[in-house]
Amino acid sequence: MNYLTQRLATFPLILLGVSVLVFVSIRLIPGDAITAMLGTEAGLLTPDQRASLAAYFGIDQPIYLQYGRWLVGLFSGDLGISVTYGRPVLAVILERFPLTLELALLSMVIALCVGIPAGVLAATRNEGPADLGIRVLAMLGQSTPSFVVGLVIIFVLSVVFGAVPPMGIFTPIYVNPLVNLSQLIFPAITLGFAFAASVTRISRSAMLDVLSDDYVRTARSKGASARSVIWRHAFPNALIPVVTLSGIEFGYLLGGAVIVEQIFALPGIGRLVLDAISQRDYALVEGCVLFIALNFLIVNLLVDLAYAALDPRIRLGGR
Amino acid sequence: MRILGAIARHPSGRIGAAIIAVYLLAAVLGAFGITPHDPLQQFRIDRLHAPSTTYWMGTDLLGRDATSRLMRGIGQSFVIAFASVAIATAAGTVIGLLAAWWGNLWDGILMRVMDVLLAFPAILLALLIIAIVGPGTFTSVAAIGIVYTPIFARVVRGPALSLKQRDFVDAARTFGSSQTFILTRHLLLNLVAPLTVQVTLALAWALLTEAGLSFLGLGTQPPSPSLGLMLSESRNLMERAPWLMLFPALVIMLGILGFNLTGDALRDILDPRTQGRAA
Repeated sequence: MNYLTQRLATFPLILLGVSVLVFVSIRLIPGDAITAMLGTEAGLLTPDQRASLAAYFGIDQPIYLQYGRWLVGLFSGDLGISVTYGRPVLAVILERFPLTLELALLSMVIALCVGIPAGVLAATRNEGPADLGIRVLAMLGQSTPSFVVGLVIIFVLSVVFGAVPPMGIFTPIYVNPLVNLSQLIFPAITLGFAFAASVTRISRSAMLDVLSDDYVRTARSKGASARSVIWRHAFPNALIPVVTLSGIEFGYLLGGAVIVEQIFALPGIGRLVLDAISQRDYALVEGCVLFIALNFLIVNLLVDLAYAALDPRIRLGGR
Repeated sequence: MRILGAIARHPSGRIGAAIIAVYLLAAVLGAFGITPHDPLQQFRIDRLHAPSTTYWMGTDLLGRDATSRLMRGIGQSFVIAFASVAIATAAGTVIGLLAAWWGNLWDGILMRVMDVLLAFPAILLALLIIAIVGPGTFTSVAAIGIVYTPIFARVVRGPALSLKQRDFVDAARTFGSSQTFILTRHLLLNLVAPLTVQVTLALAWALLTEAGLSFLGLGTQPPSPSLGLMLSESRNLMERAPWLMLFPALVIMLGILGFNLTGDALRDILDPRTQGRAA
């Protein structure tokens, strides 16, 4: 079977598996849904009231029927009602998502703008001082957790420059792009730091692979300039692993940077999940986790498609 | 032993191994209670004391010695990291081997289940597990272990599939070796090299994930010292007591760096194709 058709065929299967996992794991949480919803007041219910509530929410039915109903609801965009917000889960998620998307895009732009030139430079100066310096920096970047970078940035801003990054109320980009950018740039740098380090490492090793290929030697020997050999002949082929890595990292970032959003007090998807977990808002946890996994799967699928477009050997089913 | 020698000769491997050795020493000393002070004792008059000869890395808001707490915290992080990676390695290896060996339907089922687990960002899957079981050391171990299992299954399945086709496996089958013998002796032994690299790198991720979880307050619970928690607690004090942030941050970073450097060195040593490729 062709690689792409195979990939597209398993996609709904994996999605179904994810939905089962999310559904089952939420129901594994100790305590019943009615107590979770009403808190201590659940103790005041008579057995009859409890039973009618259970019938109302459908939790008196067998688990596979409950799952079926939940799944049918999913297709019509019904993820349930968030107890904390008193609104449909999907609406709450979609309200938070633009921030997470913007943050992920900004971080990726930073990572690619820093990582690709650094990686290519290191590869062309293989074993030279520039290569060594870049490798050490990339290694350090990859080993520094985002929360360390974030805290250092806040420390430098507040203690050294006496400026507190604007936190608290978030301004969307369509209201005031400048304020929006000033709120997102430091979190984006924080996330872009390790991301840039991975891009650097993968660009370097991909370029090294390509630069030792025969066709690059041919290009050199027919007199192509060094710049043309690097950017026109070698670079497009070195791009494939970079695209894969960036896509996967981007997919992770769309899941919300739980820790960085927490440090910079940004109301994105990551903070939403964390708060939902601590407030035991299970419909919201369920919805968020499903939404994040779906994003991640779609991005991965797109990465695979891009990969196939860049590499004819995969497109033609040579796997 | 040969591999330790090779690491010692590898420039970045040497640094990585040295860092791990120092951390192991600190963890063992901490576990036996050989710390400058009791990590839980509160020296009330010396609260937020700057680093000095008595308190090498200062004291926190409750007057507890940061050095002693860091030593104990390293031990805690290492126990969680090693235990969770052990779980992930064992589970992932068994799943990957069986998927490759049984093939067809079983391969499809097992690897799709792994794909489902991989569809969740690591920290999110860990959060979900913690939401179900409640935070604590055991939960952290289980959560991180489950999160990294699919990666090991994938690392094992690929090479196991190609080993399965090799002549020596056929030969072993013809002269009647049992399945278990072939799986452990012929397949598993040949997978030790890629697994070693993966284990070392997974230890770096596990340290990172553990620190992240306890930074969020969902990992090791107070009053037990933990690196992530110490860093998180330092946030509101960074202007008055920057050392409370500096030392845990450095300790977490260097620990991850140590495993990353060693992992890269091992990859260089064990896989000649990538010689000098890893930064």
